[in-house]
Amino acid sequence: MSDSIKNIDVLIVGGGPAGLAAAVKLWENGTKDILIVEREKQMGGILRQCIHDGFGLTRFGVSFSGPEYSAMFIGEVVKYGIPYITNATVTNVTRDRLVTIATPAGLERYRAKAVILAMGCRERTRGALAIPGERPAGVFTAGVAQAYINLYNKMPAREVVILGSGDIGMIMARRLTLEGAHVKAVYEIQPYPSGLPRNIVQCLDDYNIPLYLSHTVTQIHGDRRLEGVTISRVDENKRPIPGTEEYVPCDTLILSVGLIPENELSMDAGVPLDQRTKGAIVDEHYQTEVPGIFAAGNVLHVHDLVDFVSMEAESLANSVTEYVEKGSLSECNIPIHYDNNINHTVPQKISGTQPFRLSLRVSRPMENVKILVKQGDEVLAMKSMRKAIPAEMIQFDVTKAGADGGDVEVSVI
Amino acid sequence: MEQYDVLIIGGGVVGCAIARELSRYQLKLAVLEKNLDVGYETSGRNTGVCHGGFAYDPGSLKAKLCVAGNKKMGDLAEELDFGFRRSGKVLVGFTGGERERLLEVKEQGEQNGVQGLTIIGKERLHELVPSVEGEFALYSPNSGIIDPFMMTIALAENAHANGCAFFFDNEVTAIKLEEDKTWTISTRHAEVSTISPVIYHTKWVINAAGLGCGRISDMLGLTGYHVIGSKDDYIILDNRLGRLVPMPIYTVPSNTYMGIHVTVTTDGNVLLGPTAEDTDNLSWYGVEQKNIDYLYQAAYKIWPHVNRGDYIRTYSGILAKLVDARGVIQDFKIEIVDDVAPHAVNLVGIESPGLTASDAIADYVIEMMKEKMDLRENPKFNPVRRGIRRFADMTEEEQAKAIAENPDYGELICRCQKVTKAEILQAIRNPLGVHTMAGIKYRTRCMMGRCQGGYCQMRVAEMLEKEYGIKDTDLEYNRAGSHLFFGQTRDPRTTGKEQA
Repeated sequence: MSDSIKNIDVLIVGGGPAGLAAAVKLWENGTKDILIVEREKQMGGILRQCIHDGFGLTRFGVSFSGPEYSAMFIGEVVKYGIPYITNATVTNVTRDRLVTIATPAGLERYRAKAVILAMGCRERTRGALAIPGERPAGVFTAGVAQAYINLYNKMPAREVVILGSGDIGMIMARRLTLEGAHVKAVYEIQPYPSGLPRNIVQCLDDYNIPLYLSHTVTQIHGDRRLEGVTISRVDENKRPIPGTEEYVPCDTLILSVGLIPENELSMDAGVPLDQRTKGAIVDEHYQTEVPGIFAAGNVLHVHDLVDFVSMEAESLANSVTEYVEKGSLSECNIPIHYDNNINHTVPQKISGTQPFRLSLRVSRPMENVKILVKQGDEVLAMKSMRKAIPAEMIQFDVTKAGADGGDVEVSVI
Repeated sequence: MEQYDVLIIGGGVVGCAIARELSRYQLKLAVLEKNLDVGYETSGRNTGVCHGGFAYDPGSLKAKLCVAGNKKMGDLAEELDFGFRRSGKVLVGFTGGERERLLEVKEQGEQNGVQGLTIIGKERLHELVPSVEGEFALYSPNSGIIDPFMMTIALAENAHANGCAFFFDNEVTAIKLEEDKTWTISTRHAEVSTISPVIYHTKWVINAAGLGCGRISDMLGLTGYHVIGSKDDYIILDNRLGRLVPMPIYTVPSNTYMGIHVTVTTDGNVLLGPTAEDTDNLSWYGVEQKNIDYLYQAAYKIWPHVNRGDYIRTYSGILAKLVDARGVIQDFKIEIVDDVAPHAVNLVGIESPGLTASDAIADYVIEMMKEKMDLRENPKFNPVRRGIRRFADMTEEEQAKAIAENPDYGELICRCQKVTKAEILQAIRNPLGVHTMAGIKYRTRCMMGRCQGGYCQMRVAEMLEKEYGIKDTDLEYNRAGSHLFFGQTRDPRTTGKEQA
C-alpha cells in the first residue's frame, strides 16, 4: 500500500445519530482531531428513511421527522467544520485501533487513540427466524420496505400482512396504508405488543388495522411472488396450536421481528459481546473490553428513541475526551448483576467512583413495580413504575456507588 | 428459423457441462432453459460436496463418473475459476455396527477406484475436525467442496464464450422427430401466453432436463421411465462458523441415503441437511417446521455447535431419481436409442453425485455421440474463463491496487460479505445476460449474508434497472412472475386503479 498510516485522536465509525452526536460533543469538548466515516453518500444513518415525526421530543422538546432530527446534528458538524468522509466503508478495525477504510479514492489507514463504534443495527430476517414455507419474492423486512418507499419511491406491496409489532412494523403499516396498500393485520407472537403504545394508537388503531397477539406466521406460500401466509395461534410457550391455522391471501409479508446490533467490525476487533444485548460489553464510560474502543447507540443496545441514542453518544464523547487527554479512564471492576425480571443492563460494569446512567429493559410486562439497584445491603437507586414493558427502555441515573462495596445487583420488586 | 447442430434441454450443471465440452467442436449449439438463469433448480440446491465415489455400487455409472469427475475437478476449477477446495471429508461413527458398515463402504470405495480412504481413530478425527463428535471415522482425503452456483455459471459462460447460445425462459412444450431424422422443438415463455411458441430446429437433441427428464424423455418417445423426486431440506448457518467445519462431516451412509450431514460451503457457510423425502411434486420447495426442527436435532448429535441464532435461511432442493417398478433407485441412465429417438442423448435420473460427475457425464455423452457422428475440433476453443475478482478475498495490498485500477472497487455495496460496486456491475453485465436479483446474488454473494440484503438490495435493484433500462415492475427476484414492485409510490398501478 502506497499510503502511510495516519495518526488521529478519534475515529468514529458511522455518521448516524450516535456518530453525529458523539462528534459534535467531542468538538465542543475541544477534541478536534477526529473523523466521521460514513458508508452512505450522506450522513444521517437510518433517520434518512424515517420520514414520520416524533423524533426529538425528549432532547429538543420538538417533534421532528427523522431527516429534520439528523439535520440538527449535521448542521453542527458543518458549522464547526468537523471532518467527515462519506461513501467510505470501514473494512477492518484491529484490537490496537488500526482502522482500514475503503473509498473510491483508495484504501486509507488510520491509527486512532480511540475508536467509536456507531454502526447502528440491522433487522432480523425471515431466514434468521426460519419461518417455514417457500421463498417467494414479496417478503421484506420493515426497514427494507421503508427504504424502497421513502428513499426510492417504489411500491413493493399491495395486500399486506405484517408479522411482529415492532415500532418500524407499525410505522410501516401506516405508511403502506397512506400509499394505497391494504394492510390486513399485524400478528405478534408474544402475548403483548413489542412496540411503543403510542405507535399502536397512531399507526394501527387510527387506521383500523387489527393487531393479533399470540399469533404467528407458520407457512409462507408462493413459488414466485408471495400468494399468502398461514397464520396460527400460539400457546404460552410460543408454539403454534394445531387446528388454529388460517390462510390469509396476501402479496407481501412485512417482518418487524427485532433488531440486532451490527457488530461485524467489533467482532473482528475482538470486542467481547453481551449475549443479551448482542452489543459490546461496556463500562460506565461506554468503553468496551478492548481499551480505547468505545460504543454507543444501537450498535451497543437497541433503543426505542433516537433521543436516548444522541444523549448516550454525548455521554460517551465526554469519556472519550478524557481518555484522549489522560490516556486512561477510571478502572471499572464492579460487575452489574440482574434478576430474571430484567433482560439486560447497560453498562455491564462500573468503577464505583462516579455517578452513571443505567439503561435496562424488563423481560416481561409488569405493573406497580420498583426497580432496585443495590450494592451489598445499600440501596443505590430505586425507581417506581406504574407500568414497565419490554418495549420501553428504562433509564435513570445512579449517583452513589462505592468502589469497595462489591457487586451491584439490579432487581424488580 | 435457426438450424442447430445440437440443442441441449436444461441449463443445470449437466447441461452446461455438456454445452461447454461440445463447444470444443465445430457445432452450432444452444441451451434451452425454462428458468431465467442457469443452475436454478437441483444444481443450485444441494450440498456442494465433491463426492469421493465410495457410496455407489461398484460398476455403476454413478461410481465410475463420480470418481472420474472428482479427479478432474481441481483442473476444471482452475481453468474456469470457480470455488473448489479438496478439503477431505469424514464419515463419523459411534457403534460397532457402524464401524462394520464403514469398512464395507471403504472396501466398496476401493473397488470403485477411490484412493486414500482410511479408517481413523478418535484422536486423528479430532485433529482433522476438532469440533465434531464421534468415536472413529472413515476419512476420504479426495472429497471436497464446490461452489455449485459458480461451477454451473462458469461452465455456461465458457460455453457461451466458445459460441453456445443460451435461451432462458424457454420451457420445452413439444418435441417432434421429422422424417429426415432432425428434431423440431417448441417452447413457451412463462406467463406470456400471448406469444406464440418459439420453434427450434436441430440435428441432435440432448435431454439434460434434470427434474424434467421424465417429461422430455416421454416427448422424445422414450417412454416408461418412472422418475420420483427426493426432496432435501437444508438450513444455512452464518459463514463465521466456517472455521469450525474444515471439511464436510457425514454420518454412516447407506447406498441410497447419505444421512444428515454438516458441511461447509466454499464461502464458509455451514449447511445442515438434507432430509431426503420422496415426493411427486417436483416444483414445491417449501420447508416444513418439523424438518427444520429435525435438522437441528440430527445435526446437533454430530456437531454440537448448532445455534439457532446463526440461522441465515433454509432452502430445499429436489433430486430426480429413476426408480424401477418396485421403487428401487436405479443408476444414471444415459442412452441413445437409435430406433426410437435417433440423434438424441437421453439422460434420466441424474441425481447425486451429478454435480461431482457433471463434467465426466459430458465426456461420456460426447463419446457416445462420436460413435454416431464426426466431430471436428473447434480451433478457436478457449478453455479458460475468468470470474469476478472478489474484494473480500483480496489482501489489503490487492484491494488498494484494485481500487486504483477501478474506483468502483472502493465502494462497498454489501457490508457483511464485503461486495463492491465493481463486482455487482460485472455481475449485472454477465455474458449470459441474466438480470434477476438472484442472478446477481449467486454471482457476487451480495444479499447472501446475515442481513439477507437488508442493506444492499435496494442498491442492487436500482443498478439492475439502470443498467438494463428495465421498468421497476419488470424487475424479477428469481423466476418469471417473482416481481419486486407494483410500481412507483402514488402510482395508479399500485392501487389497482388503471390510469385514465
